[in-house]
Amino acid sequence: MDTAQLLKELTEACGPSGYEAEIREIVRKRFIPLADEVRIDALGNVIALKKGDGPEPRPSLLLAGHMDEIAMIASQIEKGFLHVAQIGGFDARVLVGQEVTVHGRRKLPGVIATTPPHVTNPAERDKPATLDKLFVDVGLPPTEVEALVRVGDPITLRASFRQLNGVYATSKSFDDRAAVAAIVLCLEELRRYRHAWDVVAVATVQEEMGMRGAKTAGFGISPTAAIAVDVTFGMQNGLSPAETYKMDGGPTILYGPNAHPRMNEKLTASAKAAEIPYQVEAVSGGSGTDGWALQVSRGGIPTAILGIPLRAMHTAVETVAIRDVERAARLMAEFISRLDDAFAGTLETRDALAAAAVEGRNG
Amino acid sequence: MLLQKLSEATGVSGNEEPVRALLLEAVRGLADECRIDTMGNMIVLRRGTGGSPLRVMVAAHMDEIGLMITQIEDNGVLHFAKVGGIDDRLLPAKPVLIGPRKVNGVVTFKPVHLTEKGERDTVVSWKQLCIDIGAASRAEAEKLVQKGDTAVFATDYCELDTAAGGWRTVAGKAFDDRAGCAVVAELLEDRYPFDLYAVFTVQEEVGLRGARTAAFSVKPDCGIAVDCTGANETPKKKDLSPSTRLGEGPAITIRDNSFIADPRLVDLFFSTGSRLGIPCQSKMPNVGGTDAGAIHMTHEGVPSITMAVPCRYIHAPKGILSLRDFENTVRLGREALRRLPETMKQ
Repeated sequence: MDTAQLLKELTEACGPSGYEAEIREIVRKRFIPLADEVRIDALGNVIALKKGDGPEPRPSLLLAGHMDEIAMIASQIEKGFLHVAQIGGFDARVLVGQEVTVHGRRKLPGVIATTPPHVTNPAERDKPATLDKLFVDVGLPPTEVEALVRVGDPITLRASFRQLNGVYATSKSFDDRAAVAAIVLCLEELRRYRHAWDVVAVATVQEEMGMRGAKTAGFGISPTAAIAVDVTFGMQNGLSPAETYKMDGGPTILYGPNAHPRMNEKLTASAKAAEIPYQVEAVSGGSGTDGWALQVSRGGIPTAILGIPLRAMHTAVETVAIRDVERAARLMAEFISRLDDAFAGTLETRDALAAAAVEGRNG
Repeated sequence: MLLQKLSEATGVSGNEEPVRALLLEAVRGLADECRIDTMGNMIVLRRGTGGSPLRVMVAAHMDEIGLMITQIEDNGVLHFAKVGGIDDRLLPAKPVLIGPRKVNGVVTFKPVHLTEKGERDTVVSWKQLCIDIGAASRAEAEKLVQKGDTAVFATDYCELDTAAGGWRTVAGKAFDDRAGCAVVAELLEDRYPFDLYAVFTVQEEVGLRGARTAAFSVKPDCGIAVDCTGANETPKKKDLSPSTRLGEGPAITIRDNSFIADPRLVDLFFSTGSRLGIPCQSKMPNVGGTDAGAIHMTHEGVPSITMAVPCRYIHAPKGILSLRDFENTVRLGREALRRLPETMKQ
């Protein structure tokens, strides 16, 4: 499978939180040839089951990546121009002059209006854009706009997938389609591996609205363990190395209360054995990923979180190193191929592990 | 379509060659003489039918606003300067194409998650922004770009309103002034009573510099700048009329920051408009400037005027214009040129 082509297809598709229909269909088609069963749950999560070859009942691993993207919504129509509100968190400063798609009665290309410098005064140019002063223009007469657009129609960023230096790629919504791509690539890898556990790949909905898809998917699937894949902050100009991770340095493995220690042990061991570079990401509280919801589903799911370093998150030029997506996929596949019944047993309680750790320290 | 090709071509002030190449192709067969001066202006002579001794210069500028790469950091990041008037506020998170090979890059921006309190209330100066081309080191970056390369917004041309009787709007970059270039190329299809010098100028956006030298060598009796002008129509709190409006026809300049139009020519354009039943609008005075500002001060002075296609969001990544306005600008220009000798006798 061509990773760049997969990333292009996934990122250029639209799927604002709560309106994932278009991207869902693309993901579903990508999952079908790689899985034994594909279904869609009531909230809209796409769930693909790839059966393991261990004896039944088999343990299962849930892989989650969210397919929704942050977007806007038409909040008012004035003289043919659209006022907007947000779905998810943009810095309004990246929206000025941005191309968008308005999902009205048909898809309408549009731009976020700007005032040419010829008619602005210098003081005005020092004031940043705020969402309430931004308008979307679809270049149609006001009557036509009224007929085609309703208040409440979603509006997505419009961006083309572009490769940078053959190493990186830029597009909208790599958050979190990069992870969806990694999961697709992982399923493909798994065709070449034997694995005892069932693998349940989920492209979740509404992560940007509070991990809502992961909540129902975790409950519905009730897996033995879970890995959430999301993007993390890539090193870029103006940010300190303390808050970012190296681009093209492999996926991050998250350490902190959100991650299960035994899952991380096995992930790092798998990475080392397969010579896949990885980075350690320490997060002291909520990870802000589907993993945060999955971990506390039902009676608790042992969870790990992988991060793909991303520059310019939540903009139309989110930038990723293509190899990091492939490495995350391979890492998951290597991990999955090493899962056995014994490992399932070690995940059962965290208390016993804590006790063992204390003993180890005393000894 | 020529407008699309011109819009998608790159030609930041001082680097107009790709645009010139397209126009050279477009006027092939129409030019009685064609030369490119030392500045890079392309001067096309369309000989007259002999009825008038006038020399008339029609000018449209080939250059567009953009960025220039000024520094390459050790970590492969590019710094840039602005070429022409660009509002800093529209630079963050835009894809760009750099240099003659159109290398992909992005004006990268900090994730919203990592902004500090109050930071989002400030405008980030262009000096603090940089371009990411996916290079991990200076050596890697230098394989793709050079200091001094210019960059444009990476914007595709597209049609917005294709409905019969609709606005026929299209969107793209650099309509300022590739729309004007396309109008002038169409004006060359005809012959007029006088010798017409169609000049595709350079460096308008950095101070009307190409038009100045071209007008000096052409030495016209009358100058007409064909430009693309802003239509800032977004709803305002105060009820101010915009400088021009989309769909209301060619915009005629009576006075802007660069010159005062010759009143005879203003009358000519408006009367030609009403004769043809073409809507015309006067551009809000005292805003912007065009090549006419350079032409009218040449030698002992040249009666001049500007006719422009209205366009929303000029000097931004993607503008919107109406092909109806575009075609009406061609029709108005053609007829006004035919009637010009009479006017100049006044």
